[in-house]
Amino acid sequence: MTVDLKEKPPLGRVIVITSGKGGVGKTTSSAAISAGLAKQGHKTVVIDFDVGLRNLDMTMGCERRVVFDFINVIQGDARLKQALIRDKRLENLSILPTSQTRDKNALTKEGVEKVLDELKQEFDYIICDSPAGIEHGAQMAMYFADEAVVVTNPEVSSVRDSDRVLGLLNSQTRRAETANAEPVKAQVLLTRHDPARVQSGEMMTVDDVLEILAVPLLGVIPESPAILRASNTGTPVVLDQPSIAGRAYEDAVRRLTGTEVEMRIEGERRPRLFQRLFGRAS
Amino acid sequence: MSLFSFARKQRRPKSAQTAKDRLQILLAHERSRGGADETDYLPMLQRDIVAAIRKYVAIREQDVEIRMERGEKMSSLEINIEMPRPTPS
Repeated sequence: MTVDLKEKPPLGRVIVITSGKGGVGKTTSSAAISAGLAKQGHKTVVIDFDVGLRNLDMTMGCERRVVFDFINVIQGDARLKQALIRDKRLENLSILPTSQTRDKNALTKEGVEKVLDELKQEFDYIICDSPAGIEHGAQMAMYFADEAVVVTNPEVSSVRDSDRVLGLLNSQTRRAETANAEPVKAQVLLTRHDPARVQSGEMMTVDDVLEILAVPLLGVIPESPAILRASNTGTPVVLDQPSIAGRAYEDAVRRLTGTEVEMRIEGERRPRLFQRLFGRAS
Repeated sequence: MSLFSFARKQRRPKSAQTAKDRLQILLAHERSRGGADETDYLPMLQRDIVAAIRKYVAIREQDVEIRMERGEKMSSLEINIEMPRPTPS
């Protein structure tokens, strides 16, 4: 890794990955985005806000190393440094796992604020992986956010739920409640996009979704077998073998850090007869 | 299917098998504790360790570091305690 010559204070930007609907790819995206940011040299921490249903640890491949969790830190049973798990692949990346306790009220606004404030002293990006729904856990994940990535599938219920969540980001966050504060910067990340089905008119287009939600687009992640493969092995998709999904996430990460990247919409191409006979790199 | 995929398959283990193995190890640990949070005792364990050592050496709460690695056959708990340098008398 490169030596950090510039002694800049950390950026301390809080980004919530949210969606309303479950199963659209919040945790996959949290893992890919945080790993992508760390890969680009930013000090990054990813926090699991899904109290009771810990899963980010498996997606990141550190499930066997969890000792203390987010709730232990909030309740003062462990120090933040003890609960943070350093990623074994990227030295810039840390994971703060959630608790498996069922008491969701353990996640207090004051507790979350204290932990985030401490993390801001050390990290450039603090990625908050929100639980599904719009209940307490989801509210806590978004409350202190500076930015939001709204993960959406081109499918009616997902788009509808994203719209609800965008409404909450504009009303139920600290930025919304603070007079003269910039609102939370919300962007849509369209996942499970399938150009072939869009072409045949079976799936809403990117423009259709953006027209309805009326927020900027962070990226389009194509439906890809690479996602399941990466989750099977506990590897964020940007750290796995090269794939169109991994590339799309890397582009989205670059946009997140303010770089202009042309929007490319790729799809998993059907192998032609020739390719099927002689094999092709997946 | 490719004519050559048979040869390729041997080289790389299937990721589905990796997924199954990871789940089996993790769930074996999670089920064995009957739904209660296994990590619950760790803060208490840490307090007890600190108290025991403090009988002899002055250490602070933050001098204790606990790491865990869960394995298929056994798990290991690694406890690092930073001992203060003896003050010259």
